[in-house]
Amino acid sequence: MDNRTENQNRIEDKGEVTGIRPGSEVAKTEKAKPAKTLSEEERDAALINRPKAKDVTPLASKKLAPKDIPVFEDTPERREKLELRKKRHFKRKLRDWGIFTGYLTPSFVGVLVFFFLPLLMLLKTSFQKSPTNSDFVGFRNYERVLTNDAFISASKNTLTFALISVPLAVVLALLVALLLNSGLPGKSLFRSFLLNPMMVPVASVVLIWQVFFSYNGVVNGITAQLFDNAEKIDWLKSSYAQIVIMLLFLWKNLGYNMVLFLAALNSIPHEILESASIDGAGPVKRFFAIKLHYLSPTIFFVGIMSLINSFKIFREVYLLTGDYPFDNLYMLQHFMNNSFTHLDYSKLSAGAIVMCIVMIIIVGGLFFAESKFDKDVEE
Amino acid sequence: MDEIKRTQRRRAATLARRNIYVETKQPETFITSLNPEAREAFFASEKKRIALNLRKRRITKGIITGIGVAVAIFISALALVPIFFTFLNSFMSSEEIVSNYQVVFQSMSGHATQGATYMSRTPVLKLIPEEVTISQYTTLLFMNPEYLFKYWNSIILTLPIVAGQMIVACLASYSFARYRRKRREVLFFSYIILMLMPFQVTLVPNYMISDALGILDTIWAIILPGIFSTFAIFLLTKYMRQIPSGYIEAATLDGASEWQIFTNIALPLCKNAIFALTILLFIDYWNMVEQPLVLLTDVDKQPLSVFLSQINEPELGIAFAASSVYMIPPLLIFFWGEDYLVEGISRSGIK
Repeated sequence: MDNRTENQNRIEDKGEVTGIRPGSEVAKTEKAKPAKTLSEEERDAALINRPKAKDVTPLASKKLAPKDIPVFEDTPERREKLELRKKRHFKRKLRDWGIFTGYLTPSFVGVLVFFFLPLLMLLKTSFQKSPTNSDFVGFRNYERVLTNDAFISASKNTLTFALISVPLAVVLALLVALLLNSGLPGKSLFRSFLLNPMMVPVASVVLIWQVFFSYNGVVNGITAQLFDNAEKIDWLKSSYAQIVIMLLFLWKNLGYNMVLFLAALNSIPHEILESASIDGAGPVKRFFAIKLHYLSPTIFFVGIMSLINSFKIFREVYLLTGDYPFDNLYMLQHFMNNSFTHLDYSKLSAGAIVMCIVMIIIVGGLFFAESKFDKDVEE
Repeated sequence: MDEIKRTQRRRAATLARRNIYVETKQPETFITSLNPEAREAFFASEKKRIALNLRKRRITKGIITGIGVAVAIFISALALVPIFFTFLNSFMSSEEIVSNYQVVFQSMSGHATQGATYMSRTPVLKLIPEEVTISQYTTLLFMNPEYLFKYWNSIILTLPIVAGQMIVACLASYSFARYRRKRREVLFFSYIILMLMPFQVTLVPNYMISDALGILDTIWAIILPGIFSTFAIFLLTKYMRQIPSGYIEAATLDGASEWQIFTNIALPLCKNAIFALTILLFIDYWNMVEQPLVLLTDVDKQPLSVFLSQINEPELGIAFAASSVYMIPPLLIFFWGEDYLVEGISRSGIK
């Protein structure tokens, strides 16, 4: 405590605080008063009778009448000025807009031609009898599609796959990320190992997957050796087929999700975790009370990315099993591909439009929830 | 109790600011109440207890890390097995492969249940070839120019798409990130929907458009839609929105033009993301199967991925070598740019 006063005195000697040159006459006269020790009553009196903070702001004590407040008269000069300002504002807005569109144009033109235009054509053909015969048939195509058994089972399969594999991919990736983040030696090595499958082309791996999971495959061989009465299963043509594809999906996407989670875990402020552990929170409580809160935006992002990738799983299914896979692997994309090869365009376009609408609802809901959640986190 | 202490402390602090000090009496604690010898003894016993506790904790921590490492090794082994398997099998001779895996592919071709009676043996998971040869590679690379052509097709399809999409995406995501308005957000949302859309949705109209443009059955039918795909825009916009607006304001105050801000500030700050995205796009389009299958009816123009997916018994002998050769470019890129990739992916997820 005494130290501090000494320090202060020295600083004042230098003149840094008072703004006076060190060693000048004024500096010596305006030296700080020496510290004094007071009795309790004196101290209280000093506290009570201290000067009040008034007249700090120049207008605080003065009461303003309405006539003091300046009123802008509607003179021609002022009108001119206002107009100029408006013009300038408009110019700036125009310039902003121009730059926005200028940078966006290359992408926008391409997207218009190759994505929006096709969608519009799709919408048109979905109400036609056939692409060449432009008779308006109303919602008959939609009726046909929605009552089509293949379409129903295909959408059911696609949805079940997404509903099971996306949460699985999120949770498993989070668990692996937590494991790697718990001070494991060789963390970056494991990370690159797990990221490796992402870089392997599917077409190269399909061969291996066939060797593993076909009727005479390796997995059946192993189960036959382990259990005497194990039955041989043709994995890709059984009710386990979705599990095999899920394995492929997880194998491919776990690394990417894990890297996202690792980054999010690293960005959690360290002090908070430390203070929580000092206050006696165990690892489980720390996870649910602190980490999960900070991870929630990342969980959303990983969920969206996994959803995208789960729609892309068709490629793997197609490579593994061809045009007509086992019933529970028949995805919406199979349905569309097959309608395309059977030249049933109106059915295809109606199905595609239905799929688009469902997707817009799902993704819109996700983004809406994300923005709500973000606000929550920021608070 | 806390309230009182706090007010006392605050009062002391206020007084200290005014150079007024009040002497306070130190309260008696357990340590000060002990005589020196007892204190020494107490400290010594405490030290011993803490050392023991620390050792215990270290041992349990060691065990836990050991289990963690074991699990991590197991998971990464699972991740790496298919890759290693392909590479090691590619060094087998063709005859060995055929004798080893013929069963698998015979059962694939449809008569599995009937074949079960006379084909009871299962293939052995062979990791080490009986005889290491590079005969598969030599047959693949020197005897069959067809594969080299397909390889070239893959390259010539992938590189323009990646380069083009990156250029378009950089421009577009800059405009989305810098001029963010409510109504433009709708456009961005529609871009996201387009990104999610499976290729099959717009298959027919795409087919008709490429027909109208006269590019059907040429590589441009794949390259052009690929260039304008919106995946890169989605990620890059997310990344560019993290650039502190102060940087851009400072640049405008210094008189930088919009183009200078774009090239000298936005792009260098997103370098990692651009590298990462390039790698991601490369692997995505290197993988491409559906588009060439539908839009390129000419077999000679199709990339290697389509061929690999159609491998069956006759080509089984060189299948593993073909797969490995196909795997090598992305893996090399991965090893070269892993840090960029990890950094780029990481930053895209955090807000």
